Amino acid sequence: MAAARPLRHRSDALPARVDDVTNRFRWRAMRALGLCRWLLGGTVRALGPGAATASSAPSPQDGVTVEVLDHLERLALVDFRDAEGVERLREAVRFAERLREVNTEGVEPMDSVLEDRCLYLREDDVTEGSCTAELLKNAREKVEEYFVAPPGNIPLPELEERDTFLKEKLPH
Amino acid sequence: YRRGQPLGELDGIPIAVKDNFNTAGIETTCASNMLKGYISPYNATVVQKLLDGGAVLLGKTNLDEFAMGSGSTDGVFGPVRNPWSYSRQYKEKIVPRSDSEPENSNWVITGGSSGGSAAAVSAFTCFAALGSDTGGSTRNPAAHCGVVGLKPTYGLISRHGLIPLVNSMDVPGILTRCVDDAAVVLGSLAGHDPKDSTTVQDIFQPFALPSLTDVSKLSIGIPKEYHAPGLSSEILAVWSKAADLFKNAGAKVVEVSLPHTHYSIVCYHVLCTAEVASNMARFDGLEYGHRSDMNKSTESMYAATRREGFSDVVRGRILSGNYFLLKQNYEDYFVKAQKVRRLIANDFVKVFGSGVDILLTPTTLSDAVPYVEFIKEDNRTRSTQDDILTQAANMAGLPAVNVPTALSGRGLPIGLQFIGRSFQEKQLLTVAKWFEKQVQFPMIHYLSYICEAAFFHPQRACKVSGSLKN
Repeated sequence: MAAARPLRHRSDALPARVDDVTNRFRWRAMRALGLCRWLLGGTVRALGPGAATASSAPSPQDGVTVEVLDHLERLALVDFRDAEGVERLREAVRFAERLREVNTEGVEPMDSVLEDRCLYLREDDVTEGSCTAELLKNAREKVEEYFVAPPGNIPLPELEERDTFLKEKLPH
Repeated sequence: YRRGQPLGELDGIPIAVKDNFNTAGIETTCASNMLKGYISPYNATVVQKLLDGGAVLLGKTNLDEFAMGSGSTDGVFGPVRNPWSYSRQYKEKIVPRSDSEPENSNWVITGGSSGGSAAAVSAFTCFAALGSDTGGSTRNPAAHCGVVGLKPTYGLISRHGLIPLVNSMDVPGILTRCVDDAAVVLGSLAGHDPKDSTTVQDIFQPFALPSLTDVSKLSIGIPKEYHAPGLSSEILAVWSKAADLFKNAGAKVVEVSLPHTHYSIVCYHVLCTAEVASNMARFDGLEYGHRSDMNKSTESMYAATRREGFSDVVRGRILSGNYFLLKQNYEDYFVKAQKVRRLIANDFVKVFGSGVDILLTPTTLSDAVPYVEFIKEDNRTRSTQDDILTQAANMAGLPAVNVPTALSGRGLPIGLQFIGRSFQEKQLLTVAKWFEKQVQFPMIHYLSYICEAAFFHPQRACKVSGSLKN
């Protein structure tokens, strides 16, 4: 679906009725070019530093492998729970593919709508605090003035040992 | 009280606040298991300003979990019912589907995610309510509940204390029954806050809205891309009628083009999930909120806490956001979305630069749908469908207001949206007030057994500033 778009872009620029010979030739050449691009799975934009994956740009769904899903679960520390969760991610990626249609040549990314204003910075003085008791009220595990955490520096177990839906997707 | 002087214009006025604003000593849950039982230690700046002005906090209103959604159906406290579902106007028009169907099953949603706030204002339980607006979350329920929903310019009102969803697009929203009230509430909330560095330092002067009589100097833009696929014919008709209303009154009505409107929802989808992935990282159970009993290691405790605390919707967005932020995807998705955002913002700059003062667009694609219909599609699909008309104003940080305009064939409210220039809320609300006066949106009529109390009297239902003088 995503790969079919380049063809549409090309044909948009073409005359509706191709009468004379030169135009017909040009039209056939463009179709051939478009067809080649489509076969290679190419997209309209030039391959830049972002396309780190394969030399022939892959289908976006190739990016959603079990390794990537496992990596995401570790990064986010939330789990996919079931197949629906994975499907939701695939849908999201499919939806985001539409961004490729837009030509953003020479456009700077925008972080904030207030980018042309100076950020307000106040003096580095302590103006409030001493509310330890209040803040500790909401913590479940605490000892004196400390939040208590379980032992750290223990990485999350590997996929095989974790209790997660993705285990079923591992190749056996 | 003792001195016999009101604290401000809002002294004694009941106000409701959406449950993602921190309120000291009061449970703030964001309709999520993650924050159930969390008693906030401080007041959000906007809440503090309201309380300082003497407003009476009536309660915290229901929402979609963490303000993610467009129906107010996905919070842990359950869906919000639109008060108009119980109105005479709606009940008279319902065609019962079958005899075996229980009487209460065709109630409609409020829209989201500030559905609770909109319902509270619409049902006459309070004079004004605070919502939050990230992709239309104030204007969408305002349209479905027949109330005025104002989204101020980004940077005008402080976000300190508003549990963030998307830091670069969130704003506190104001829901009231008439435009004058919205201006009054805006007057007490707007202004620089040292605790929120994204508020602008310009001095804000609260204003009273002039009553516009002459619109001939006004230029109204009608963006053609807002005639989105799926727009109901009723809303299209109302939109056209509104444009004619302005034309007949002497204003200049022009068709304009915002070519990147179609991409705003995709752009929002990427930026929102990316920022959500970052903002939700603070919920680990250690300092506040739900904490799992898993104690093997910090990481596994975090993972278990987040698994138990977040719903499917929130988890889905976090995971999508993390995907778009992966090193191999960063340029393709996140940076690309930021570039598209600039294109969208530039579209608006161009249009406003060409002499258009206000844009007039529909707010929603249709009137409120019944709950049983709404839940047939999942949250993400619904959000992409429903936010399509409101989203672009958040991208560009522009002020926008929904004004209830007419009732649909099913007896439910339809609203129209006005989008104005940055920080020009006075102009925006002045035009909105003129329009509100022209359309004379009908009041909700409950069936007689519910209530015939005096406070349904139309003159007292509105004009906060007027009632103080009585």
